[in-house]
Amino acid sequence: MLSMFFAPETKEAAKAAAGAAAPVVEKAAAAAPKLPPLETAHNWALPTEASTFARSTDNLYLFIVALDVFFFVLVIGAMVYFMWKYKRRSEDQKTSSITHNGKIEFLWSAIPAVLLVVIFAWAEIDYLKQTTPPADAINIRVVGRQWFWTVEYPDNPGVSLTSNVDEPQLTMIVPKGRPVRLTMTSEDVLHSFYIPAFRIKKDVVPGRYTTLWFEATTVGEFNIFCAEYCGDRHSSMTGVIKVLEPEMYEAALKEASKLEAKPGEAPAEFGRRIYTRRGCNACHTLDGAPATGPSWKALYGRQETMADGSSLTVDDNYITESILRPQAKIVAGFTGAQMPSYQGQLDQKQIAALIEFIKTQK
Amino acid sequence: MATAHTPATEHAREPSFYEGKTGFKNWFITLDHKRLGMMYLVGTMVFFLVGGIAALTLRTELLTPEQDLVSATTFNKLFTVHGAVMVFLVIIPAVPAALGNFLLPLMLGVKDVAFPRLNLLSFWVYCFGACFFLFTLFAGGLDTGWTFYTPYSTTTGTAMLSATAGAFILGFSSILTGVNFIVTVHKMRAPGLTWNRLPLFVWAIYSTAVIQILATPVLAITLLLLIVERTLNIGIFDPAMGGDPVLYQHFFWFYSHPAVYIMILPGFGIISELIAVHSRKHIFGYKAIALSSIAIAIISFLVWGHHMFVSGQSELAGVVFSFLTFAVAVPTAIKVFSWVATLYKGSIEFNTPMLYALAFLFTFSIGGLTGIFLGSLSVDVHLHDTYFVVAHFHYVMMGGTIIAFIGGIHHWWGKMTGRMFNEAHAKWGVLLVFIGFNMTFFNQFVIGQQGMPRRYATYVPQFQQQHVLSTIGSYILGVGLLWTAIYLLRSLRSGPQAPDNPYGGASLEWQTQSPPIEHNFHGQPVADTDPYNFPQIDRSGGMDAH
Amino acid sequence: MSSTHAHGPKPPHAFFQHHYDTVEQQAGAAKLGMWVFLATEILMFSGLFLAYFIVRAFYPEMVLGSHELLSKTMGGINTVVLLTSSFTMAMAVRSAQVGDTPGIVRNLYMTIGCALIFMVVKYFEYTGKFSHGIFPGKYFDYERAAAYAAEHGHELVGMPHIFFGVYFTMTGLHGVHVLAGIIVLTWILRRAQKGHFGPQYFTPVENVGLYWHIVDLVWIFLFPLLYLVK
Ligand code: HEA
Ligand code: HEA
Ligand code: HEC
Ligand code: CUA
Ligand SMILES: [Cu+2]
Repeated sequence: MLSMFFAPETKEAAKAAAGAAAPVVEKAAAAAPKLPPLETAHNWALPTEASTFARSTDNLYLFIVALDVFFFVLVIGAMVYFMWKYKRRSEDQKTSSITHNGKIEFLWSAIPAVLLVVIFAWAEIDYLKQTTPPADAINIRVVGRQWFWTVEYPDNPGVSLTSNVDEPQLTMIVPKGRPVRLTMTSEDVLHSFYIPAFRIKKDVVPGRYTTLWFEATTVGEFNIFCAEYCGDRHSSMTGVIKVLEPEMYEAALKEASKLEAKPGEAPAEFGRRIYTRRGCNACHTLDGAPATGPSWKALYGRQETMADGSSLTVDDNYITESILRPQAKIVAGFTGAQMPSYQGQLDQKQIAALIEFIKTQK
Repeated sequence: MATAHTPATEHAREPSFYEGKTGFKNWFITLDHKRLGMMYLVGTMVFFLVGGIAALTLRTELLTPEQDLVSATTFNKLFTVHGAVMVFLVIIPAVPAALGNFLLPLMLGVKDVAFPRLNLLSFWVYCFGACFFLFTLFAGGLDTGWTFYTPYSTTTGTAMLSATAGAFILGFSSILTGVNFIVTVHKMRAPGLTWNRLPLFVWAIYSTAVIQILATPVLAITLLLLIVERTLNIGIFDPAMGGDPVLYQHFFWFYSHPAVYIMILPGFGIISELIAVHSRKHIFGYKAIALSSIAIAIISFLVWGHHMFVSGQSELAGVVFSFLTFAVAVPTAIKVFSWVATLYKGSIEFNTPMLYALAFLFTFSIGGLTGIFLGSLSVDVHLHDTYFVVAHFHYVMMGGTIIAFIGGIHHWWGKMTGRMFNEAHAKWGVLLVFIGFNMTFFNQFVIGQQGMPRRYATYVPQFQQQHVLSTIGSYILGVGLLWTAIYLLRSLRSGPQAPDNPYGGASLEWQTQSPPIEHNFHGQPVADTDPYNFPQIDRSGGMDAH
Repeated sequence: MSSTHAHGPKPPHAFFQHHYDTVEQQAGAAKLGMWVFLATEILMFSGLFLAYFIVRAFYPEMVLGSHELLSKTMGGINTVVLLTSSFTMAMAVRSAQVGDTPGIVRNLYMTIGCALIFMVVKYFEYTGKFSHGIFPGKYFDYERAAAYAAEHGHELVGMPHIFFGVYFTMTGLHGVHVLAGIIVLTWILRRAQKGHFGPQYFTPVENVGLYWHIVDLVWIFLFPLLYLVK
């Protein structure tokens, strides 16, 4: 599913993919769920550098590595040398009466201090770059929820992508070589939006907007992680960001957000796809286990007791209402505040397909 | 202090403090700092085992990228329990409350701490707080992480109240111990024991106590606010009620950063003793080591924001905190250099305590040096909340404090128990612990830098090899520690009688018998020179030992 | 190094603990210990004051609007009561220093009396708040509180539950300290009645006195910050 826009490594391949989207989609749907690609050359290497920040962060990183190795070798080298040289050879071996030495003590305080100021300044300059997005950046909105990301494109209304707890899927598309600014917030607890290949990270805080910006430099797919602990499935709150050549970006965006029944697809099958693509599975299981929301197992036609004590039979109307206005009727034992409204995000056809899918969950 | 007035050897042996009133009741209401120290030692070791078992279980889960051994919830509870137990029940009380209690009055040449009853109360409070933690374990555990970040902590369905109440109570134990130690050092010293002649362990415990009393009240109030927020939703941390979750983080780290120095300074104290005694060399830069502890104690209050570089705090705050973070690294560097310089022209004996001290230099340096990456703003943006941080703090906490603590236990084992352990067995222990530890945590720096987030029950397969290595390392470490526990415990029965001063130490605790008598000393010890004036020091060479 | 040698030894009193060398050392240790402990108390309250100032900086209007619902009269009475108790406490210490046992007892009674009055006033204050729906946190009843405010010509702004949450936490923690004060005051009262204190030995009275002054001091800050915001 993720591979709807599967990383075509070359520009040509990417073009081909965008040009001939439909067949690719067909093939992708059949393929087994793909985990995000390996991002390092080998086990001990630095991860791929895929944004303009990556290079400078890595330079500083390597500088500190060099400095640390130098001091480590100095300190531990001296230690090992002394261990060998001044090993106790007899019980009454004499030891030196040195107790201090002002000059050397000054030096080993001052030299590290100076080096540290250099590191500080370097890091700070880089950091300030990271905190001031250019004015012409593309705006993207990110919402974190337990346990999925929703990504919206204000410049392309209606485009909305989500991540998925059960398998990594395409969560964000950005063009290469253009600055992108993310405005992020959370609907429940703290999360943190992290793309290792870009060397960027920022907490996503409920009740606040935080921003983050980057400029991707490499075409490909990269991991998005949630880096702030947010509960049970924190480690499943991962996504995939795809960097494309700018020419393909708009088309890809349209394509990616299209959530339509494929020719010949049964409504229930289509409903199942919406279930994962729109993040329902973050809160609703199919196996009867209650999670953040009630399970969908044997939901249709069930007698449901509401928080206010009333009860009703689950039918098409009630499900539609639950999706568009979750707050209207709240199932006993749950809080309505947790389910976001899908008003404007799911159309009639999609809701109908979801209902069909729920019906099949016996 | 070879010239202390009343070396124990001139006296007939008297019954040790173990041989007074025995039985559970007499131990549990004892006012004797040595008995309290021993009970703390047992307590912290038991919880070390508990925390360690949690660690090994979670490491086992991490053998595979998928979730198989335990559920995600259980995994989250495991690292929370592991972190909280290790921090609040093990590492904070370990050195000060166990070794500090035992040794402080001995090193000061006095009969007891200033307030023995307060000391006992503090121990009970520790037990009481520990009960809350145990209750948490049996009430289904807690899954917030040891940092209790809001709003997750105020909404999770797990046993959050008992755990925070437990930490709150343990905070009081820590405060009371701190008050006691400060007053003891100020007011109770043997004749001649001036500030310049205090063993560096005492200096370390003293600086620790200062941080404890300044920072722990803030933890207390933070946890209290958290408890109130959780039970009544007063709304200061919860955004849904108009509060600010980042505010909680400021409160929490205002305590918890100084707390990391509460954890390490006593370890530094142990290392200063171990290196000087086992190389029979006057410690290099006594004043610098003593004063740098005070410097660390002060600056440590100004750097808490380095845990929050990506939290959404202001950029200016980030810059200031980053700068100050580097400022704390300097006094620590001074200490490390001074320890190495102490070895120069020494007479180094490679016995177990010394091997632990050398292992400490190795691992702590790695831990501290990797702190530099984390203090650098732009690099920390990438490394924050990844395994790089996990590796950093295990290198300083396990590889620093706990290694120092175990070294200290060996160094003073004879003094505390009256028995010597088997050196050959112990050396195997050092080897296993050293190898196991580095194998567990070194490659975590690598996966951290590659982007492996912490607190992940499942992960992308590319990290698996390193995780497997890490898990195997942790098993070796576990075996090493278990082995250590076994030979130490066996020495209690079958170990040879410990001499009063097995390593030729010159501070006052070596001037009494092993184990000490109930009132510590026969007569009043007098300190007429500093504690690193070993008889082996060659005073013919012009330079004078001050 | 200990200063005792300069003064010459004093005869140890009945409460001299044998792990000390001299009476002065014991008294000095007790006093230093108390000061250090009080420092931790102050730091603990500082945390709350900080929280208060942050809330106030976030929502200045809300704090202004809400504080009107607190009773300045009751707060004022309590301030006077506590100040009085601080005075009687100081007198008790003085009596102990000059060996006037009936004086200690009398002054301690008065101090405890003031503390009790403080708690009674607090009780009426709290129940008064509760009766108008002003409960801490999620139990805060906005409608009733707003009606109550309107009755008195005030207006609630924003999220008053935060102000009252802070109010209840701060005054609650302070109240707990007053209760603890009553317990320790009663304890030294009993000891004073048994004639334990005199010019030779009065550290416990002095230390409890210090504690009581701190409790008082905290209130001196709480009162203007909570009741007299403007
Ligand atoms: C014993 C505990 C301990 C100690 C001593 C330290 C010591 C240091 N720590 Fe660490 N730290 C923790 C425990 C500790 N830390 C914990 C528990 C966390 C994570 C908590 C959590 O999130 O759960 C953490 C996290 C942490 C962070 C936040 C990371 C993040 O979450 O993004 C940072 C950032 O600045 C940091 C920095 C430092 C620095 C600069 C030091 C310095 O004091 C180190 C100084 C030492 C040296 C520098 C090495 C020795 C010197 C030499 C060999 C000489 C040469 C030196 C130079 C040239 C500089 N630490
Ligand atoms: C003092 C602090 C301390 C210590 C010593 C340890 C020790 C260990 N830790 Fe710990 N760890 C933390 C503090 C500590 N940890 C904290 C604060 C966290 C963060 C939690 C959070 O995210 O909220 C953490 C998180 C953490 C993680 C990350 C979890 C995650 O983010 O998903 C991992 C994973 O590998 C880990 C592993 C280990 C291992 C293998 C050990 C091993 O070293 C353990 C070895 C110990 C034993 C096996 C016990 C054996 C003991 C005996 C037999 C008794 C011995 C008696 C004598 C010697 C006399 N720890
Ligand atoms: C963040 C969590 C969350 C997400 C995401 C979510 N829901 Fe829900 N859902 C809930 C909760 C909590 C409830 C119960 C409270 C209520 O009735 O509003 C619920 C209730 C429901 C119900 C009524 C169930 C019953 O037992 O009566 C339906 C139908 C439903 N959701 C459909 C959906 C669909 C369709 C989606 C995705 C397009 C979705 N939900 C996404 C949390 C969520
Ligand atoms: Cu969202 Cu972790
Ligand atoms: Cu820190």
